[in-house]
Amino acid sequence: MSLEHFKNRNIGTQHYTTIDVGHTPVGAMQTFTQVAKRTVKGELFVGLWVTLREMINALFKGDMATVKYPFEKLPISPRYRAIHDMLRLLESGSYRCIGCGLCEKICISNCISMDTRYDENQRKEVSEYTINFGRCIFCGYCAEVCPELAIVHGPRYENASEQRAGFSLFEDMLTPIDKLNLQQEYDGFGAISPNADDNIKKTPLAY
Amino acid sequence: MSEVQTVENMVTISIDGAQYQAKEGEYILNAARANDVFIPAICYLTRCSPTLACRICLVEADGKQVYSCNAKVKEGMEVTTSTPTILEERRAIMEVYDVNHPLQCGVCDKSGECELQNYTLEIGVDSQSYMIPDTKRETTNWSSVLHYDPGLCIVCERCTTVCKDMIGDAAITTAKRGGADLDKGYKESMPKDAYAMWNKLQKSVIAPSNGTEFTNCSDCGECLAVCPVGALVSRDFVYKSNAWELKRIPAVAAHSSDGAQIYYEVKHGSIEDRTEKIYRVTNEWNFVSLDGSARFAYDFENRGADNTGVKKDSTAFAAALEAFKKAETIRFNAMITNEEALMLQTLKEKMGLKLYNPEVRAFQKFLGYYIAASGSSLYSTDTDAIMKKSDFVIAVGTALRHDSPALKYAFNNVQKLNKGAGLYFHPIADTLIAGFGKSVETFTHKAGLEEAVLYLILDLFADKEKLPTEVKAYIDSFKTTETQTITEKVEKTIKEMVLNEETGEEEEVSKKVKEDVQKEIIVTTNGLVDLLGGDSSKFDDVFAKMMSKKEAFSLMVGEDFYFHPKAENLAKLVALIEATCNMDVVMTPPKSNALGVALICDLDDTATGYTVGYNENGDFRLSALGDGDLDMPAMNQQEGTLTSMSKRVLPTNAALEYEGYELNDIVKALVGAPEHTIDWTQMLPVSKGFKALAFDTLPNAFTNDGRDNRGYVLDVTRQEVQLPAVEPFDQSVVLEGEIAYRCNPARQFNDFTDKSHEIFETFSLYASPAKAESLGEKVEVVFENGSIVLDVVSDAKMEGDIVKVPDFKAAKDVYGLFGASRYQTVTIRKV
Ligand code: SF4
Ligand code: SF4
Ligand code: SF4
Ligand code: SF4
Ligand code: FES
Repeated sequence: MSLEHFKNRNIGTQHYTTIDVGHTPVGAMQTFTQVAKRTVKGELFVGLWVTLREMINALFKGDMATVKYPFEKLPISPRYRAIHDMLRLLESGSYRCIGCGLCEKICISNCISMDTRYDENQRKEVSEYTINFGRCIFCGYCAEVCPELAIVHGPRYENASEQRAGFSLFEDMLTPIDKLNLQQEYDGFGAISPNADDNIKKTPLAY
Repeated sequence: MSEVQTVENMVTISIDGAQYQAKEGEYILNAARANDVFIPAICYLTRCSPTLACRICLVEADGKQVYSCNAKVKEGMEVTTSTPTILEERRAIMEVYDVNHPLQCGVCDKSGECELQNYTLEIGVDSQSYMIPDTKRETTNWSSVLHYDPGLCIVCERCTTVCKDMIGDAAITTAKRGGADLDKGYKESMPKDAYAMWNKLQKSVIAPSNGTEFTNCSDCGECLAVCPVGALVSRDFVYKSNAWELKRIPAVAAHSSDGAQIYYEVKHGSIEDRTEKIYRVTNEWNFVSLDGSARFAYDFENRGADNTGVKKDSTAFAAALEAFKKAETIRFNAMITNEEALMLQTLKEKMGLKLYNPEVRAFQKFLGYYIAASGSSLYSTDTDAIMKKSDFVIAVGTALRHDSPALKYAFNNVQKLNKGAGLYFHPIADTLIAGFGKSVETFTHKAGLEEAVLYLILDLFADKEKLPTEVKAYIDSFKTTETQTITEKVEKTIKEMVLNEETGEEEEVSKKVKEDVQKEIIVTTNGLVDLLGGDSSKFDDVFAKMMSKKEAFSLMVGEDFYFHPKAENLAKLVALIEATCNMDVVMTPPKSNALGVALICDLDDTATGYTVGYNENGDFRLSALGDGDLDMPAMNQQEGTLTSMSKRVLPTNAALEYEGYELNDIVKALVGAPEHTIDWTQMLPVSKGFKALAFDTLPNAFTNDGRDNRGYVLDVTRQEVQLPAVEPFDQSVVLEGEIAYRCNPARQFNDFTDKSHEIFETFSLYASPAKAESLGEKVEVVFENGSIVLDVVSDAKMEGDIVKVPDFKAAKDVYGLFGASRYQTVTIRKV
């Protein structure tokens, strides 16, 4: 059914079909006969058969209708905002994060903190980075503001912990270098718009 | 003389149709700024000469396009800040600045406080019409504090300008970039100012002006402060923190007596260490220039012996109270607020303690002599007034480069901006100061001849009518006259009869010939000039040139006078000069809050018995250095006021946390005191010129036209007195032989500067390169009452044989070695 159908308030102009609800017993005798008939007919097993069939399918045919959480998880939408991931550049494996500090600045619950330094290659290096997930409200501002698409919301949504404060360090969130080939480009919150190419102007360096 | 207030002539101008008042002779840009009118400008620095590097400040004045930073206002002038052609120029200029500017704003240390970004947005540059191949430019470190990234540099020349016009080192200059030539077509197609600006920009970078890789300068860091982009940053700060993370605490530079306005910029130490730290010091660079100690000596806070922060230690506090009860003397130095000085004075009054502060005592005595001789409760001028008005400055008895950076800047600024002249008298020749301007004459006189210097000044500048006759006669006694015969060439016109060949007649013809003529002249030799190491035969002419068109004279005197056997006579001579020479005087209080202490405390000449030392040696030590018996807050952890050389009482604020005991707690427990340290501010002695104003009511800002509106100025009272009776100068105090001079390297003032991690000058003997060579690496300097072993460091800007021995480590008691004089004859032994 589409939205239109819901919006239609002209009751009576639609096509209704009346279903056969059978005959309603009248008087004690008829009622008794109906109960007796149903008891003997084994209608119970009609329903039980469905259960049985599903059990057989699940146990012997591997056709399970539920998910065995926590051993199994459903895929979630890329727009879901869970624990952050720090991505690497696919070509070089270097951090994407340039240490600009915008995420730290924009963070609405003030839970990002970072240290930067001048490194041996004359670049700004993020020497340490942390998010306090006890305070993070998963608003996604950090991911949205990041100019490098370095910080994104990953799919890890289990963040129960024993303490209120729970700090993740840079390494915890960074794509492990050996799993670089598995790193997914993020198309959720803060990702560049699908028509980004159309909005880009060429820098006029025509030499 | 300074009672004669020069009323500045005001003119009326109109800017974009509105009427404004402006000072006559002021640049349009400054007049606009003083009236809160915005004109874009990048390269202009208030208090420095216009360089016309950016050209964005174009305006139309009376129908003509002019650069507002360089064109002066005239009565009735009509200024239009933007016309279509000007807007076109500005847009082109900003587009050009953006050509090839690295797109690394995300990591740049300016982090948004960038004038290039601001103007790009202000002018609305949203597309780029120009291009040129980029040139690779390597990042370099110019010194232990300076970091230059030429890729970001827009060659506005603000750094070179401030270094030359204000600081005086002129340590950096524009150099060749080796960039591609501009496309010829641009000359026709582009607005012409933008083209001219680009042409220069494309050819230049900034480099040390001595031709080496290193500036070898005073490391004041003022160039870093003025850089509008992230090209010049302190090495320590590169990529350390975004500007928006830092909290600005308005304060006063603690070490010298300049009383410079600063902001401490604080933020937590790191992810692990959440205690706040100072990351850097910034300043209102258009109106105040810092020296190296003000900018880089900031992390001297007291974090206790184990560096974990100070907590209230009640046993130590009880011990301190006992010590005070037992004590006869409190020994302290100038690194203390007015409020604390008043507390100590209260302790003296109520408990009969002696206050011993040799650093300030000599200055206090000198001030006393001066007050008695002049009738004025304080000297007459300050650095700001000198820079604004003076065109002739004289420095005597101060190692300008080390004692008072603000006076050095003023001395230099007068040469560069006021077309001024300068005389520098000092026993140690300083090549830097000699190079401040063409009209700077330096005298390298013998140590001890300071009185003679003042007599020479009287001779040169005094209104002879006003001088007492004995003084006049005394001065004249140094002059010898002799008659010399000189040969002069004189042009003569001779007439002779010549036979005109055409007409055959004789005609009279006049002809010019040169002829040598003997002439007798009277030559006056000024013995004082020769005595002070000058050359009297040349000085007259030189001095006449220096004096041409000069109107406002200032005299700077310093610490050599206070620590001088003839201090009293010197003070009288200074008063006499002020009274007869149409000359203002400024004195450098030695270090920090020396003036405040001198005014507030009754200091004693000697220390006796059990002594409590406050940041000084003593039997019981209160210390803000973390090494004492009871911790005290350092200057960046305290609120209070400091009295600067400019006679201002300036409020300073606590930048960092401190949880331990303060002096006020001790005074409270001993004799009773108000709740907070700053409650003492309004109790500062009104009789000494202080005002009964509460700390929280003190303003702390500069106004838009550059007026210093921080704190308040001490009231100066004047009484009519007779001209002081001065004595002839005493040649017997002249020192001969090996001489040591008590003088700190620039940027070092005390244990606190030494503690700061961006100050690298060591506690060593400083000598001219030649002297250093002859001394070797390490020496023992033997004084009458002790000796000290020091490494030898060569200071390329020094000349001569006198060596400098620093005093910034209180524990070394260098004041004790030198005693009452700043110069001492010593024996120097190699070790
Ligand atoms: S998701 Fe929101 S609250 Fe969490 S770190 Fe990012 S900005 Fe801060
Ligand atoms: S916004 Fe992105 S690039 Fe900038 S510091 Fe945060 S994660 Fe790094
Ligand atoms: S640190 Fe000071 S003296 Fe050195 S180059 Fe910069 S402005 Fe000049
Ligand atoms: S370093 Fe900075 S102040 Fe100096 S010319 Fe370049 S942009 Fe201007
Ligand atoms: S500010 Fe006037 S030319 Fe740059």
